[in-house]
Amino acid sequence: MMTVHPERAAGRSEREQPLLAVRGLRKYFPVKGGLFNRSVAMVQAVDEVSFEVREGEVLGIVGESGCGKSTTARLLMRLIEPDAGEVSFDGAAVGTRDGISTKELRRQVQMVFQDSYSSLNPRLPVEDTIAFGPIVHGIGRTEAKERAYRLLGEVGLDPQRFGRRYPHELSGGQRQRINIARALALRPKLVLLDEAVSALDKSVEAQVLNLLLDLKKEFSLTYLFISHDLSVVHYISDRVLVMYLGKIVEIGPVDLVYNCPVHPYTRALLLSRPSMDPGDRKTEPPLSGDPPTPINPPSGCRFRTRCAYAEEVCERIEPTLFELDEHRNHQTACHMAVPGSGHSKAAASTTA
Amino acid sequence: MAAMVTPIAEVLRDVPVTEKVVDAEDLHVSFVSKDTTVYAVNGVTFSLDPGEVLCILGESGSGKSVTLRALTRLLPKGKTRISGRVHVDGRDIMALNTAELSRVRGKIIAMIFQEPMTALDPVYTIGDQIAETVIRHEGASREAAYARALELLELTQIPSAKRRLKAYPHELSGGLRQRAMIAIALSCRPRVLLADEPTTALDATVQIQILLLLRQLQKELGMSVIFVTHDLGVAGEIADRIAVMYAGRFVESGPVGAVMRDPLHPYTQGLMASTVHGQLKGKRLRTIEGSPPNMEKLVNACSFAPRCPYAEARCLEGVPPEIWPVPARMARCILLEGQ
Amino acid sequence: MVEMKTLDMREGAQGRRQQGEEITVGSLRARSYWMMVWVRLRRDPVSMVCGVILILIALASIFAPWLAPHDPYQTSVFKRLAPIGSPNYLLGADELGRDMLSRLLYGGRVSLFVGLFPVVGALLVGGTAGIAAGFVGGRTNMLIMRLMDVFYAFPSVLLAIAISGALGAGFFNVILSLTLILIPPIARVSESVTTQVRTYDFVEAARASGAGSWTIIRVHVLSNVLGPIFIYATSLMSFSIIVASGLSFLGLGVTPPTADWGLMLSTLRQSIWVNPYVAALPGAMIFITSLCFNLLSDGLRSAMDMRL
Repeated sequence: MMTVHPERAAGRSEREQPLLAVRGLRKYFPVKGGLFNRSVAMVQAVDEVSFEVREGEVLGIVGESGCGKSTTARLLMRLIEPDAGEVSFDGAAVGTRDGISTKELRRQVQMVFQDSYSSLNPRLPVEDTIAFGPIVHGIGRTEAKERAYRLLGEVGLDPQRFGRRYPHELSGGQRQRINIARALALRPKLVLLDEAVSALDKSVEAQVLNLLLDLKKEFSLTYLFISHDLSVVHYISDRVLVMYLGKIVEIGPVDLVYNCPVHPYTRALLLSRPSMDPGDRKTEPPLSGDPPTPINPPSGCRFRTRCAYAEEVCERIEPTLFELDEHRNHQTACHMAVPGSGHSKAAASTTA
Repeated sequence: MAAMVTPIAEVLRDVPVTEKVVDAEDLHVSFVSKDTTVYAVNGVTFSLDPGEVLCILGESGSGKSVTLRALTRLLPKGKTRISGRVHVDGRDIMALNTAELSRVRGKIIAMIFQEPMTALDPVYTIGDQIAETVIRHEGASREAAYARALELLELTQIPSAKRRLKAYPHELSGGLRQRAMIAIALSCRPRVLLADEPTTALDATVQIQILLLLRQLQKELGMSVIFVTHDLGVAGEIADRIAVMYAGRFVESGPVGAVMRDPLHPYTQGLMASTVHGQLKGKRLRTIEGSPPNMEKLVNACSFAPRCPYAEARCLEGVPPEIWPVPARMARCILLEGQ
Repeated sequence: MVEMKTLDMREGAQGRRQQGEEITVGSLRARSYWMMVWVRLRRDPVSMVCGVILILIALASIFAPWLAPHDPYQTSVFKRLAPIGSPNYLLGADELGRDMLSRLLYGGRVSLFVGLFPVVGALLVGGTAGIAAGFVGGRTNMLIMRLMDVFYAFPSVLLAIAISGALGAGFFNVILSLTLILIPPIARVSESVTTQVRTYDFVEAARASGAGSWTIIRVHVLSNVLGPIFIYATSLMSFSIIVASGLSFLGLGVTPPTADWGLMLSTLRQSIWVNPYVAALPGAMIFITSLCFNLLSDGLRSAMDMRL
């Protein structure tokens, strides 16, 4: 039973503007310490992050711990207030008077959390959990329950058997299906998936990924898929965004970025994947050391402390996202890619 | 069979190559509680050569961690029922008393865990924790023990090793903590290293460093390693042999290349097929139907049959025996009979 | 026998339903959390025995007018300190010849009420303050909790004595002073539990669904927070009964001739030399009641800790 919203299907090809536009998003967390719990340092979790999410696509976000991907997701849903930057949903700025309110944003944008035990209220039967969102937004109780019932079926759980169950009676994969159903209860356009399959066993992960793709087609959804698992992101995403220490270092179509990575960090990250072929084992780790903390990050390019190609210009000037290929929208923030940047590996300046 | 007690100062590499360093036969482990009994391990038999790396691959609930802990009897005392034979370095582990067991742990068998933050004692420095093991097992003096600790930190490639001797666990990053844990484990040159998903909680770039480090150390020290993981890629990167575990039994084992290229057991085949990677883009992922069995019930049938695409009525008649279609490759599947 | 499932690759919701349905471990009936707590509690013999004892004591006290053989205020010179087992005076008589059994029964009403009502009162006030502080966080939290700390700084029994001394003896004053000393610990526990629950993902998910703070508290926070707070409160009950009796013992509580276990202990103090068993009776009642509350609250805590 197809429930594609007719107005969305019709409008998709005509719309030029992205579904979600993020400009200059910034969030610093104070580190408290000292006698009076004063702020002694700042965790620069997300710094000047700008990107777009186009309707109907899957945008993957990859990065290691401390890169800010989860914080970005929470900023997008306004679960955390940004320090700076603006977010526009469907052309309307969020939080402004003539834009859309936070509550309205939260109807259009929903989030699926990592399946931890704490992602579902242990005291509520799962159908109540799913019905909660619609009830909050004014849908009547009976209709909300009906919606929950139908969604349980959509995510592959028999509503008769599973509706009144409690989270502790379900397996990890089933709980994650409930999480997904909860997110879909409000009929959002954009779903943020924050490590949604990371805690699942591999066989269950495959089932849930299939489910996510089915639901995307059926409900005309757009996904923002955050994960540390590079293979899963490769499989499910159309475009990918690589983050490091609160900054975007590379963004582009997923096949292009994975097959021809430009940024040294992206290259190292992709090389760090353990090979499935025992005949093709690595002898050297692609990157040494641990990812540093985002407290007082390095000046200039934040990756320079672990980069094999770091030079003096990398310390002085912070690289910004540079358009590598106008048509295919592949950008990277690295001085080596920018002609005339001053880096020895960069091409000479194209302007005379 | 009386347990042989080798002198403490013996260097481990002198033991002849032909002797198996780990020999487990028909291992059964169950946990008995007021409400229920969980049959975690149901007949595991394997052996390990000196210097070999065996990867036990399985999903959650397969019994892989329990198998590992059973080798050193690190299981909750009241609840656990173990049976079977386990010999490590010639010693009968099941027959040791508490004092002997405690001498064996750390010295012959060492273990590293998934979460270094909880496996390290937060109130002692790294140097203290390494030195403690050395002093305990080798009776060395404090100076000698700290010297060895420094040596180990350098061996595990911890930068600024001297300074780090005085660091507390919370002052180190995840990767460094894991290296510190490895250093503690290696402090008395154990013959066998048991690794329980040590890289699962680490970032990708750190994970590959730790894996390569373990491989390097294993070669240098001639250590045997049993590495438990759920990640096929990790097995591919580090294992010599791989054993796939399901519902408390080894359902397939063999050299890692052969098993990964040409899996025999339907469960292994399902795992390989459902592993996500970019080349599958646009296609629907193959999945293994259903979910793992209830470990509170022991059934006298193939435990994978309810989920197996090739299941027949014969599969329900008893637990499939180990079948060796090719030397060194084993699979518990009756469909392989007669090959 | 192991059941075989056929592979079903049908598309759509039907096909997905086949995939999602897995074998779940354990019982298939959906039981609410509190029902499961009750089932577990039922299996604990200690808790059940204590529960029964407490119910009996409570019932005996409630039905004192019907159960008591004599008027608790009726004195008798002849029957002073009659030993246990005297005819007509089953548990003997006190120093003024009043029937001990009747006085214990009537005393139970006062002692139990004075002991338990402050806990209820403190739960309402302290619980609300703590949950509010825990949920809102920040400066409000600091304000409320530091205020509580001021009271916490005083040893509670001394504080109770001081307040009672200032207000004077009397039924109402005792309840007031006990409530006041119980508010800070309940507030502290409430705050810490609420702060913890607030960090859970499902609370964030509720906010992500657009719910306001009141809705979140009502639907998500309260049900998860009241359990541990309630357990802590039951453990305070034994403390409260003892302190209430203590205050009466010191003359700062209920006034004579009211029957109250603590007061009875006090007036029978001298009689220890004459008839120690009768003199010990009120103490035995206090002891049994508070012990049962203690053990029951331990049992409740174990039953609620499910390791799910």
